[in-house]
Amino acid sequence: MALKRSDRRRFLKSSAVLAGGLAAGAARTVSAQTSDAIVYIKGTDEIVAYGKRSRFETAVRESHGRPHSPDTFGLIKHVSTPIQESVGVITPSALHYIGTTRGHYIPDIYPEAHKLMIHGMVDHPLTFSLQDLKRFPSVTRLHFIECAANRPSVEAKSIQESHGMTSCAEWTGVLLSTLLKEAGVKGGASWVIAEGNEEVKGTSSIPMEKAMEDCLVCYGMNGEAVRPEQGYPVRLLVPGFEGIFNVKWLRRIEAVDKYYMTYNDYGHLRQSETDAALGYLVGPKSVITYPCSNMTLPDKGHYEISGLAWSGNGAITRVEVSTDGGRRWQDAEFRGTPQRMAHTRFAIPWRWDGSESMLMSRCTDELGKVQPSRAQVAKFFGVPLDPSYRVPGRDNSIQTWRVASDGSVHNAYS
Amino acid sequence: MRIPRLVSIIVLLLWGGIAIAQTSYGIGSTPTEEEMLTMDIDISPTGEGLPEGRGNAKEGAQLYMTKGCIVCHGVTLKEGPAPRLLKMDKGPDADPWEFGKILPIRSPYAPTVWDYINRAMPLGAEGTLTANEVYSLVAFLLYKNEVIEEDEIMNAQSLPKVKMPNRENWAPLPDYKPGMDRLEGYPY
Repeated sequence: MALKRSDRRRFLKSSAVLAGGLAAGAARTVSAQTSDAIVYIKGTDEIVAYGKRSRFETAVRESHGRPHSPDTFGLIKHVSTPIQESVGVITPSALHYIGTTRGHYIPDIYPEAHKLMIHGMVDHPLTFSLQDLKRFPSVTRLHFIECAANRPSVEAKSIQESHGMTSCAEWTGVLLSTLLKEAGVKGGASWVIAEGNEEVKGTSSIPMEKAMEDCLVCYGMNGEAVRPEQGYPVRLLVPGFEGIFNVKWLRRIEAVDKYYMTYNDYGHLRQSETDAALGYLVGPKSVITYPCSNMTLPDKGHYEISGLAWSGNGAITRVEVSTDGGRRWQDAEFRGTPQRMAHTRFAIPWRWDGSESMLMSRCTDELGKVQPSRAQVAKFFGVPLDPSYRVPGRDNSIQTWRVASDGSVHNAYS
Repeated sequence: MRIPRLVSIIVLLLWGGIAIAQTSYGIGSTPTEEEMLTMDIDISPTGEGLPEGRGNAKEGAQLYMTKGCIVCHGVTLKEGPAPRLLKMDKGPDADPWEFGKILPIRSPYAPTVWDYINRAMPLGAEGTLTANEVYSLVAFLLYKNEVIEEDEIMNAQSLPKVKMPNRENWAPLPDYKPGMDRLEGYPY
C-alpha cells in the first residue's frame, strides 16, 4: 500500500520526534532512515486512552442479507462478523455480530439510571441497579451467540454471509439463577419473560429450567463493559439457545406460568412440532475459516486448515476434517481447551497437491451428537437433496469449500 | 426441664439453619406497585394483563389512517412496504398457515396481537398508543382478516375469547431439559 501524502508528512514529523528522542540513545544507521523504513505512529492521546488496531487491518462487519438488511425503511437489523479473518476463539467486541429486533436505534442508556426488575411469580419482587448486580458473586464464561439466519446457503457469496452470524465472547455477570433465588421463585412458575429496553421492548420467553441452569445477566464482555450494540449496560446470555433469546438492554425478568408467545416468540411459531423443536437449541456445528471461499491458495504445499466448532449441547469433543468431500476423515487438534457452548478452534496440517479438493469439517459434542451433512437432513425429512435444499429450523449442516486447481476457494453449494 | 430445652435448642438451630439457607444477599430494592405497573407491559396469550379500555373496527379504521399505519402498511393492508396485514386469498378450505406470516391471522391468541402492537407500533413512536387505540386497531385488523364482525367491541373480556383460526393449529416448544435431544431421531 503506497503512502498517502498526509501519511508521509506524519511519517516525516514522527521521524523528527524520534530522531530527537534517540539522539542520546543507540547509534542509528542512516540506511534505516530510507523511505522503506518503518513508519512510526505518534502516541496521540486517543491512542494512549483507548487503542485501535493497525490501519492495515481492514476486516469489518457488514449488514447481513437475511432477513434483508437494510430493510425497506433503511434499517439495519443484522450485521455479520468477518469470521474469515478470525483467529483463536474470541470475537473482538467491535466485530461481534449484531442482531436486533428492529434495528431502529441502539438505546443510549445512562448506566446509573438503568434498572433490572425481577417480578411476577416470585416471593419478593426486586429491582437491581448496575452497582447492585456487581455486588453479587460473579461468573466469567466464554459463550457463543448464533443467529438463526446463520446457515450454509446456495446464494452465499462469502463465509461472512453464510457463517458470520455467530460470535464468541468472554461474558461476565451474575447467574440469573442467583437473582431468581434472591427473589424466590414460586411453585408453578415454568417460564420467564426477558424484556429489553429498546424501542419495541423486545421480549423472549425462556423455560424456567434453562433460566435456573446457566443463564447469565452480563455487564462485562471481553474484559470491559458490554458494548452498546450488545446490550449495554446489561444483557442476558442464554447459552446454546438461538440468538434471539439473548435479550439485550435487559430491563425486566418476569416469572410466569405459561409460554407467553410475546414479541420475539411470535417469529418462532411453527405449525409442526418438528419445526418448532429445531428452532430452539443450536446443534453441533463447525466451519473451516481458513481456507474458505474468496481466498486463493498462492501455491502448492503446506497449509494449516483451521476453523471453529460450537454446540448448544455443551463442549465440543471432536472435530474431523475431510479434504476429499467426505470420503476420508481425519481428527483435527484443538487449539486451546474446548469450553461449553463456546467457539472451539480446531486445526489440522494439510499438504495441497494442486488438485481440486473438497474441504469439510464436522464436529461432535459432549452428548455425542455429530454435525450432519445436508444429505442426512434431507434423508431424515424424506425429501430430495438439490442445491436449493433448505434445512428446517437451526441449520447446523456441514459446509463444503471447493478448492479449484488454480488455488481459488469457493462455496461448493453455489 | 431438660427435654424441652434440648428441643428448643434443636428448633433454634434448625431455625437458624433455615434462616441461613433463606438469607438473601440483601441486595436490591423492592419496586413500588406503581413501578411494577409501569414496567409490566406484557399480555399473556390468554389475556392476563390486558388493561381497561375498549375499541371496535370502525374506530380502528380511523386510527389506521390518523396514526400513520396506512403509510407503511398500505391502503389495502397488503401493498407495503411494511409487512402485509391481510391474509392471502387461499380459498375457504385453506389451512390458516397458508394465509402467510401475518400477525392478526397467524397468532393462535388475539391478546398476542394486542401485546405486539402495544409495544412495537407505530414505527418511531412505539409505546405511545392508548389502550383504547390498541383495542381499536386490533379489532380493525381482526375484522379485515374475517376473524370478528365490524361492530364487535374488543376489551379485556372479549379479546381473549376471540377464536383465532390457528388456536389449535400450532406446535408448542418442547419442554426444555438440560441435555435433551433437539428432536428424537434427528441426525443432529
